[in-house]
Amino acid sequence: MTKQLTAWMQAAPMALVLLAFLVAPIIMIVIVSFWGATEYSIYPAFQFDNYDFLFGSPVTYRVFFNTLKYAAITWLLTLLIGFTVAYFLAFEVRSLKWQIALFLLCTIPFWTSNIIRMISWIPFLGRNGLANSTLISWGVIDEPLEWLLFSDFSVVLAFVHLYTLFMVVPIFNSMMRIDRSLIEAARDGGASGWQVLRHVIVPLCKPGIMIGTIFVTTLVMGDFITVRFMSGSQRANVGRLISNDINLLQYPSASATAVVLLATVLIVIGLLLRVVDIRKEL
Amino acid sequence: MEKRSRSFYVLSAFFALFVLFLYGPILTIGILSFQGPQGGLTFPMNGVSLYWFRNLFEEQAVGDIWGSFRRSFALGMLVMVTTVVVSVLGGLAFRKRFAGATLLFYLSVASLVIPSILVSLGVGLIFNQLGLPVHWASSGYGSQLTWTLPFGLLIMFAVFNRFDKSYEEAARDQGATAWQTFAHVVLPIIAPSLLGVALFGFTLSYDEFARTLLTAGSYNTLPLEIFGMTTNVTTPVIFALGTLTTLFSLVVIGIFFLAVWLMSRRKDKSSDAGKGLV
Repeated sequence: MTKQLTAWMQAAPMALVLLAFLVAPIIMIVIVSFWGATEYSIYPAFQFDNYDFLFGSPVTYRVFFNTLKYAAITWLLTLLIGFTVAYFLAFEVRSLKWQIALFLLCTIPFWTSNIIRMISWIPFLGRNGLANSTLISWGVIDEPLEWLLFSDFSVVLAFVHLYTLFMVVPIFNSMMRIDRSLIEAARDGGASGWQVLRHVIVPLCKPGIMIGTIFVTTLVMGDFITVRFMSGSQRANVGRLISNDINLLQYPSASATAVVLLATVLIVIGLLLRVVDIRKEL
Repeated sequence: MEKRSRSFYVLSAFFALFVLFLYGPILTIGILSFQGPQGGLTFPMNGVSLYWFRNLFEEQAVGDIWGSFRRSFALGMLVMVTTVVVSVLGGLAFRKRFAGATLLFYLSVASLVIPSILVSLGVGLIFNQLGLPVHWASSGYGSQLTWTLPFGLLIMFAVFNRFDKSYEEAARDQGATAWQTFAHVVLPIIAPSLLGVALFGFTLSYDEFARTLLTAGSYNTLPLEIFGMTTNVTTPVIFALGTLTTLFSLVVIGIFFLAVWLMSRRKDKSSDAGKGLV
């Protein structure tokens, strides 16, 4: 019994922080999503106006579709790149020292500012940027490409740039736990390199792929700043819908959108979690 | 040395491109921040100077860069210490299996995947309705913890899953109290990982944007200040600032790695326990 008590006391700070700054805020958002708003203030009510408006507007569906589109494209690209990078680190690099060094090389940008990392694409992609001037000097194009910056392209590029790491780490972790003798056995049994990859490595990496998938899709779906910045405010996703309402002090309407976004994210995760138990994989 | 297959070279090239993709843009703004006074936001370089760095240290027409840096630094330290202490306690609790453990675990995972703008919005609304002023050290601090604590807890899970319990049993057999076992046996063993938790705590707080957006109040943190600058500053001064704050992050990361390295070296050297047995 005392052991149970100590455990509770040790877990209490974590629980209190999460209750105060995660659970309570979400309950608050759900409550406020039924409130009403004037131009400059909000008032308690129980009405479905915010939801009616949200579901009645064609913009909502377009924006939700756009959000899922960004998530799907980013997911596919980060998975392909992340898997390849992790595979290289886990199976082609042979000394542990180099594995750690190169792995850290990939993770360091994660600990620097996302905003700066977004800004740093501007001199690359702009009308007179490096990409355009290089392509022109090579004679590939005559006119600067307009779609490099402030487009879907630049938004997805920034997402991939920011979030591929979230695929690399869990997949690398899964790969490092694969018993190397399984691969040898497959080779001895006559499997080709592709067959080993397809029938041994990929299935054993599934948990890592799943964790990476959850991270990337939820980060992209909840984003508002990357889309705003990289599209020059010309593209929209759900996060921007929320932040626009916030800027107009329309908190109830922002809350209603936030509730629907949360439900969407939870449904996606729920579907993914049916496939893997995260806790066993750490 | 064994001959490498062709796939090794192909994948090496892919990896090199990936690293270039990761670091290329930030290196470009590093170079561009040395633009001459007449230089613009893109190449070509219009002379080479420290003009834009000096500009940062002069009186700013807009914003308060150094004030926001000091606030971000203080907040980062606060979040770092809290994250280490609370994550270690949480990690210890989860080793014992307590009622509600699964719920708390799912809550912390939820904290990682719930869109950060929801935390920002919700905390802002609560403070608003309670009539409390939002401030980076209260509402901002709490909001950031919902991002750093789950990372800390997951690291502690990874640490304790690999922890050899026989060390503790040995200590207890020798008559150590629970506290002595923790302070003299467990803590020294997990110390390098705690540096990792600290690194996450500080850097994630220092760079956090979305969670502090509606919870920092009238005194901006550095990422908010930088984002504000993107809308009204069109000179390379923003690159100079980006370069400096990235360098600062790299120095912080370097200090943590150095500390881990020193710690593991001391551990290798100082103790000859068990050597006589081999």
